[in-house]
Amino acid sequence: MLQITNLHANVGDKPILKGLTLSLNAGEIHAIMGPNGAGKSTLGYVLSGRPGYEVTEGSVTFNGNDLLALEPHERAAAGLFLGFQYPVEIPGVSNVQFLREALNAQRKNRSEAPLSGAEFLKVAREQAGALGMDMDMLKRPVNVGFSGGEKKRNEMVQMGIINPALAILDETDSGLDIDALRTVGDGINRIMRKPDKAVLLITHYQRLLDYVKPDFVHVLADGRITRTGGAELALELERDGYKELAA
Amino acid sequence: MNRSAPTRHDEAWRYSDISAVEAAWPLAAPESIIVPAGGNFARTILQDTGSIHQLDIAVGKGATTAIHVLNIGGDYGRVELNVTLHEGADFKLGAVQIGGGTQNLEIITTVTHAEPKATSSQIVRSVLAGTATGTYLGKVAVARDAQLTDSVQSVKAMLLDRSATANAKPELEIYADDVKCAHGCAIGELDAMGLFYLQARGIAPADAKKLMLQAFVAGVFEGAADEDILIEAALKKLGELV
Repeated sequence: MLQITNLHANVGDKPILKGLTLSLNAGEIHAIMGPNGAGKSTLGYVLSGRPGYEVTEGSVTFNGNDLLALEPHERAAAGLFLGFQYPVEIPGVSNVQFLREALNAQRKNRSEAPLSGAEFLKVAREQAGALGMDMDMLKRPVNVGFSGGEKKRNEMVQMGIINPALAILDETDSGLDIDALRTVGDGINRIMRKPDKAVLLITHYQRLLDYVKPDFVHVLADGRITRTGGAELALELERDGYKELAA
Repeated sequence: MNRSAPTRHDEAWRYSDISAVEAAWPLAAPESIIVPAGGNFARTILQDTGSIHQLDIAVGKGATTAIHVLNIGGDYGRVELNVTLHEGADFKLGAVQIGGGTQNLEIITTVTHAEPKATSSQIVRSVLAGTATGTYLGKVAVARDAQLTDSVQSVKAMLLDRSATANAKPELEIYADDVKCAHGCAIGELDAMGLFYLQARGIAPADAKKLMLQAFVAGVFEGAADEDILIEAALKKLGELV
């Protein structure tokens, strides 16, 4: 589904990714772990096309197409979803309006008919309910006044509504208490654990992986993958730290 | 009165398109509106042709006045309000100006709290693209006896291009000592991270900008009798700029 080959990327003049190669197949969940500053978030931003993140070498294909040639909104329409580490507050724009516009823009891009207000609300209500989010919160401006945990939960509601083929989740576990962590973990499994979907979980800690069991764990250090293993690698990292294993 | 046309030395015309003003000179006398004690007055001004509107409004004791302005049309458009508040009167202004190309748009207000216990609230939002200029000069004057005045002024401008200009001059002149006068002013650009967030969810760049700008001007027309017409005209204009 996703093939990253020898990816080099700069933020400003600073090289952050230095030859990263990674392959994700449909039906797989991959976790990327690594120390601060290794380039984990940069990878998420490069894949989703954030301005200012410049690819200097290498390639990324998504279902056989050149992902890097697409604008951010086209990548979303192609099925890529980035769960933000710090979801952005957008005063004045309601979640419902934002998500309906987003979903219908993606559908339009795929030549699908738009959802009516009623159809959309049905989907939104289902997803919000499954993640324990009040519909009233969905009517409020995007992330404004939400706690850290509520913002992350909102990312998952958005993911449920948009229903992407590939989710890149950037530290979705940070800022969550134990109960919220379980809710979010269940959400990821419910929405994304399917034979035709894939997930790239970017995380510092092993604890989310108790709920979302990865098929592969990669260590990202200094801009490249230094080690790959199964779920047990996360436990090893938790025990021994990155220093030992990244070297 | 056979006054000559103003020049840039006149503070109230400092940022104006002087040649357009000269062409329109002499102006008709300002429209004079007297709201009687206890009365309620509302007016919507949709400036979409490039013209100069001047209103003198005297708001009587305990009376209310609500003015909504959408200043979007023509090469040069000016809306000037001169408001005098008597005891316990209330004045509300919700104004939006949206300009692109080489447009010069301005809103000038002078709100005089002449007597005690009057309240005023002014919200002004400008969105400017191209080499457009948007100006808001807003003076609040509180007379010596006008104790317990409560005045709020919120002024924000959004520049869509680095070549656009926003002028904002909130001004307070207070001679009473027991008053509340709040004012805030900010000029900025659309939040790049917010735009990226919207795009990452599938919204095309122009639509993402429009959505954020819609949010920026939303609420200003709340309560206007012509709210729907104003919002529709504002959105149409925003759509032309993004």
